[in-house]
Amino acid sequence: MGECPVCAAKVELAADAIAGELLVCEDCGAELELKSLSPVVLEEAPAAEEDWGQ
Amino acid sequence: MNPGSIKIGLLHSLIRKEEKLLIAAFKNAGVEPIMIDDRQLIMDFHTAPDVDILVERSINHSRALHALRLFESAGVRCINSHRVAQICGDKLLTTAALKDSGVAQPECRVAFTEESALQAIEELGYPVVLKPAVGSWGRLLSKINDRDAAETVLEHKTVLGSYHHSIFYIQQYIEKKGRDIRSFVIGDDCIAAIYRTSDHWITNTARGATASKCEVSAEIAEISLAAATAVGGGIVAIDLFESDDGLLVNEVNYTMEFRNSIDTTGVDIPQCVASYVIGQAAR
Repeated sequence: MGECPVCAAKVELAADAIAGELLVCEDCGAELELKSLSPVVLEEAPAAEEDWGQ
Repeated sequence: MNPGSIKIGLLHSLIRKEEKLLIAAFKNAGVEPIMIDDRQLIMDFHTAPDVDILVERSINHSRALHALRLFESAGVRCINSHRVAQICGDKLLTTAALKDSGVAQPECRVAFTEESALQAIEELGYPVVLKPAVGSWGRLLSKINDRDAAETVLEHKTVLGSYHHSIFYIQQYIEKKGRDIRSFVIGDDCIAAIYRTSDHWITNTARGATASKCEVSAEIAEISLAAATAVGGGIVAIDLFESDDGLLVNEVNYTMEFRNSIDTTGVDIPQCVASYVIGQAAR
């Protein structure tokens, strides 16, 4: 369980959660990155950059 | 070779649903992938992390492109290769590769100044689509319907854009009747395809288009495999237009996104990717 850095809601982690994973806060909709599992650290995910995606 | 003894590196940055599905697929096949975060990577031009084969899944094209070159320089085989990333990541190079292999595609022009770009657009005939040579998710695409729009967009790109926005890649607009096709090629097989349907002329699922199953016809398989071969092969997704003259290749994607295509097609795409990579690593 982590805390959303935007709205402070509790964010449930899946059993197979891994560092670097992109998550969405179900309360506020913010895109979050799981920076570490132990301890659980959530940060706002970086904004999409010009060369992202395909 | 025992899959468990194969060291498969997975190059990533943010881990999206696709990467999680791939990790699970590798684990199901008995391989624990070695996660390599491009944000923590330091390369020295001689060595690379100790892996037998690298699967590139970075979200950033520029990082992927350069990391692949350095991994290959250090003797690591990569899927996809640096060459494939270089060609697919640049629409101009993709068009040239498709042309060299005789693969059908929309008419294109490239120009380097506002004036010559305007001339090229007028020669091609309205409407046209102006695209950044490097870009994705349908961003910064401009459908230009007349000369007024052409002059405006060209001026804005020249004045406000960085220098690579002044490499004007101009594509004939294809009336695609609200949808295009994305097909998935792994090695020598076209494993699946989806329709991407939207009310908007841009039909990227990242822009809200909906995915539905498309049967892989002989024509789809043939042009998809030809396009994949033209860019160097491996694991790629092909965007196709259904034109009055048959299928045309719009783009080829080398770090394909497939989250919307597994349930839609009934094909376990991550499992197909994992099997292919393990097979390649064992060769």
